[in-house]
Amino acid sequence: MVTKKGISASPGVAIGPALVLDTEEYRIPRRTVDPALVAAEIRKLDTALETSCQEVADLRAAAARKLGDKTSAIFAFHHEFLSDRRLRSAVVELIEREHYTAAYAFGLEMNRRQRMFRNVADAYLKERVRDLYDMEKRVLRHILGRAREDIARLSEPVVIVAHDISPSQAISLDSRHILGFAINVGGQTSHTAIISRMLGIPAVVALNDITSDIAGGETVIIDGTHGVVVGNPDAETIERYRARQREYRAFEARLAELRDLPAVTTDGTRITLLANIELAAEAAFALDSGAEGIGLYRTEFLFLGADRLPSEEEQYDAFRAAVRHARGRPITIRTVDLGAEKMAGYFEPHHDHNPVLGLRSVRYCLAHLDMFKTHLRAILRAAVGGDVRIMFPMISTLMELRQARATLRDVMEDLEEEGLPHARDLPVGMMVETPAAAMLSSAFAREVAFMSIGTNDLTQYTLAVDRGNERVAHLYSAHNPAVLKLVREVVQAGRRANVAVSLCGEMAGSPMYTELLIGLGLRELSMAPKDIPEIKRIVRRTSLKRCEAIARKVLRFDADRQVLNYLRDKLREIDPESGI
Amino acid sequence: MVLEKETVIRNKEGLHFRPIMQFVDAASRFSARVTVHCEDRNADACSPMELLMLMATQGTKVKVVAEGADAQAALNTLVGLIDSGFNEE
Repeated sequence: MVTKKGISASPGVAIGPALVLDTEEYRIPRRTVDPALVAAEIRKLDTALETSCQEVADLRAAAARKLGDKTSAIFAFHHEFLSDRRLRSAVVELIEREHYTAAYAFGLEMNRRQRMFRNVADAYLKERVRDLYDMEKRVLRHILGRAREDIARLSEPVVIVAHDISPSQAISLDSRHILGFAINVGGQTSHTAIISRMLGIPAVVALNDITSDIAGGETVIIDGTHGVVVGNPDAETIERYRARQREYRAFEARLAELRDLPAVTTDGTRITLLANIELAAEAAFALDSGAEGIGLYRTEFLFLGADRLPSEEEQYDAFRAAVRHARGRPITIRTVDLGAEKMAGYFEPHHDHNPVLGLRSVRYCLAHLDMFKTHLRAILRAAVGGDVRIMFPMISTLMELRQARATLRDVMEDLEEEGLPHARDLPVGMMVETPAAAMLSSAFAREVAFMSIGTNDLTQYTLAVDRGNERVAHLYSAHNPAVLKLVREVVQAGRRANVAVSLCGEMAGSPMYTELLIGLGLRELSMAPKDIPEIKRIVRRTSLKRCEAIARKVLRFDADRQVLNYLRDKLREIDPESGI
Repeated sequence: MVLEKETVIRNKEGLHFRPIMQFVDAASRFSARVTVHCEDRNADACSPMELLMLMATQGTKVKVVAEGADAQAALNTLVGLIDSGFNEE
């Protein structure tokens, strides 16, 4: 039994046989055979080893002719390795003793050897694990023959264990038979994480080398809620996790009941809950989770995945898909927020000394008008027929906002002249995520249709703290009174000017802040789709009166610690089930 | 008959791919069971995987042990191969 801790990417518990994509590319269909078939399995192994040896010998001869000694030496090693009598005897022993299938036993033994190589300090030997993968694949191909299964057409449920899942792989995977994901790399915002949340499949990422800890066919437990993976669990552990699985499903069912109920306080105040999304297809999932629309569609994914700037048509296709998935509900497209930590490879090799304060986001766009115009054209064209709003990020001065708007007007005129269909009167808004924009929000409110407070950046800029820097991260808190005062300032400015104000930072999706934000005057919150049911539950339990009392009290505090303790107490009062 | 002999890995690469293949090739021509010992690790002279895992780099002391009818011949050949530096260069 191995237990590994990673990052929770999608909640829930899954238990099932592993399909290790890194080495197999296909799955081992069965683990054990009837004792009467043991001899047949050993024959299968011998045939596969023999055929593989022959293949490698041919490759070696061909390589010697074409590529010279060095490459042929590698195949020579493969040949020796595969004809190693100790390899065969180890696998045969597993088949005889455990009645394992030849494929499973061979995979297990190779996995053991791969692990040995990985633990070696010598860099040269460590690299040889690649050769072992190669050999494993070759032999498994021969053992399984035609019986091997395509991952796109799984016939029974499996847990996917992989180094990474590429977007195209994720799309081709047969999601009906995927119980969970355990992934070596990635974080909360990686593709696998987003896709697994969309599919409602438990997932744990950032597990380092889970692919070498688990062999194909082994039983795996994925605890996506706590970010834990258990390989080869004992019966007691499986039972414990089955109980957790039942609990989680019951919890989910309770949340699902909320889906079609309105987000309204006990004294009748409507709160609009919107979703933040990154992939077009997420829009559909967000609406299914109870979102009334898309409050923030981040467009960076399109730019970060590629090694060149995406063309107008590529962007158009992606935005068009998002608009279609929003099914006529409001969708706010944020113009591309590149730069700082999200710098893509094709950017000029110009390094800002302090990138967070450098040429990023809308500043970058205004300095690269060709790229910006292409982007805006794609948005305007995709907006036809949808309830689309456009939003500029990282505005810090009125001049920037005016320049961005002027560029948008230019693009509209161009499209008009070219006779291309496009949206003409879509609402234009801005993110308020710099202290400057928050303090001057009354002035900005006169020039925009809506404002959306981005609390992640607003907190970072107000407190001058980079939360990615572990030496100062403890100073980062969205509930710092300085940040809260700015939030209130923006809400009041919006109210005076009759301009809608929403909040789309991580704060919006955290139950601890829900009552405070309503009390500060916010009526629109935009969050990760997965957070919507829980926030709705809080909204439906509280009253506007209570929220306003909480906000009044919080605004009298001077220290973030006081705010935190108070909000925790209040959350416990209203939601004893919450884990805080 | 069990015979053993100590020697030192001379070639620059140490016991890596090519030398191991020569070694396995040579060892499998004898009926004697040959093992190579290096510190607390040991390897079957016919198992490239185990030989590789000895991590015997240049200058490492190894002991070759042969057991069987042609043990002496096997020992001479294999130790000779190591001492010749696997005909490197």
